[in-house]
Amino acid sequence: MSLGSAWATALRVFAQLRRDPRTIALLMVVPTALVVLLKYMFIDDPGVFDRIGVPLLGLFPFITMFLITSITMLRERTTGTLERLMAMPMAKLDLLVGYGIAFAAVAAVQATIVSLVAFGLLDLHTAGPRGLVVVLAVTNAVLGMSLGLFLSAFARTEFQAVQFLPAFVFPQLLLCGLIVPRDQMARALEIASYFLPLTYAYDALLRVGEDVLDARLVLDVAVVLALTVLALGLGAATLRRQTP
Amino acid sequence: MAVVSAEPAVVSEQLRVVRGGRPALDQLSATVRRGIVTGLLGPSGSGKSTLIRSIVGVQVIASGSLRVFGLEAGSAALRSRIGYMTQAPSVYNDLTVEENLRYFARILRAPPQRVDELIEAVDLGAERDRVVDRLSGGQRTRVSLATALVGGPELLVLDEPTVGLDPVLRRDLWELFDSLAAGGTTLLVSSHVMDEARHCAELLLLYEGRLLATGTPDDLRRRTGGDDLEDGFLRLVEEARA
Repeated sequence: MSLGSAWATALRVFAQLRRDPRTIALLMVVPTALVVLLKYMFIDDPGVFDRIGVPLLGLFPFITMFLITSITMLRERTTGTLERLMAMPMAKLDLLVGYGIAFAAVAAVQATIVSLVAFGLLDLHTAGPRGLVVVLAVTNAVLGMSLGLFLSAFARTEFQAVQFLPAFVFPQLLLCGLIVPRDQMARALEIASYFLPLTYAYDALLRVGEDVLDARLVLDVAVVLALTVLALGLGAATLRRQTP
Repeated sequence: MAVVSAEPAVVSEQLRVVRGGRPALDQLSATVRRGIVTGLLGPSGSGKSTLIRSIVGVQVIASGSLRVFGLEAGSAALRSRIGYMTQAPSVYNDLTVEENLRYFARILRAPPQRVDELIEAVDLGAERDRVVDRLSGGQRTRVSLATALVGGPELLVLDEPTVGLDPVLRRDLWELFDSLAAGGTTLLVSSHVMDEARHCAELLLLYEGRLLATGTPDDLRRRTGGDDLEDGFLRLVEEARA
């Protein structure tokens, strides 16, 4: 592991993003527009906006980073740059940490912009500290990134990688408690939800939104961090130096 | 005069590699001598890229042995000593020439001025701030070549670096390869164009994953009794089939 190589990789990813201003614009504008949409969907019932606004704000970066990382890593594999890097004196972790630094920074900007709009302009109410919502959003972004990284190994084309979003992310969004409280779902689904990373990410956001800063919140965050490390480890295992 | 050391840079013994259920290299025993340009020639699908990937350590080997500078191919200690240019130019298309080289220079701990030297060496001074995506095929190949040279490797392995390039550029590249070899670098250059063989000090001829012949271009002309290396190669293929 070398911080120099990881940092060089992060700078390289930033340089690539800078070449693609449309992607940056989409990253910042789309979640903001969706929050605006939510606000006016529930214009007659602001309580609903307050209840789902905070969790959604914290989950957007998870979804975008999942998608971006799986496509970027797939490109790295298919264009041969990964093979080139693996033939160089570079630790796999350098590459992953480099991506982590770059995408976490993007997620932080994204979450900050969406928060400023939601809290500042759209009058989103939260009982808990707003800064903590942004911190959780970044944590979730890194979780999304590491899952995207791991799953990208199972996609051979960009079409397949895009399908992983409905395949792996949508079920988690449905079961995390955002739509129906988990204890009201069929027992099997409730049990299943305990095995899904987003359940913990959502629960943490819910608690911060309600200003319930308890031990369960700490546990939620610990689970999210542990799953991030696990997915990164599995992702590193899929980066093979030698291929058949 | 090239420095030719007694101990070869690459030694393969009974090397066998299986790709997609079929042997891509079969009982291949060959050596690559230090400090010269060795040509790895053969038709498409003869196993050239597989041998190259094996030497740079990114290919799973089924059996046999493959040693580079006395170390087993794929050893971590070799990664900073080998420069590898893949068949397709594998650089970041959305970065400029300079950004690409700066990135790989940081990974390889090469001094920053190395990037400037290389941009001059591959004659991309005018394109340094252009995004690779907008370059011509030949320019892209040269970015990829410069990337392989960033770490100042002792062994430079190039997979079809001159394919599809115009004659002027091809000549310039062979001159560059010669000057690198004169400076002590070992080069292994693959091609499916037999005409390129005349630029090499030694040749390895591959056919269907096996070593068909090895020697200097003159040796091969003598063996096959003709001036034309392509005819000579075809004659060797006919002999092997018979």
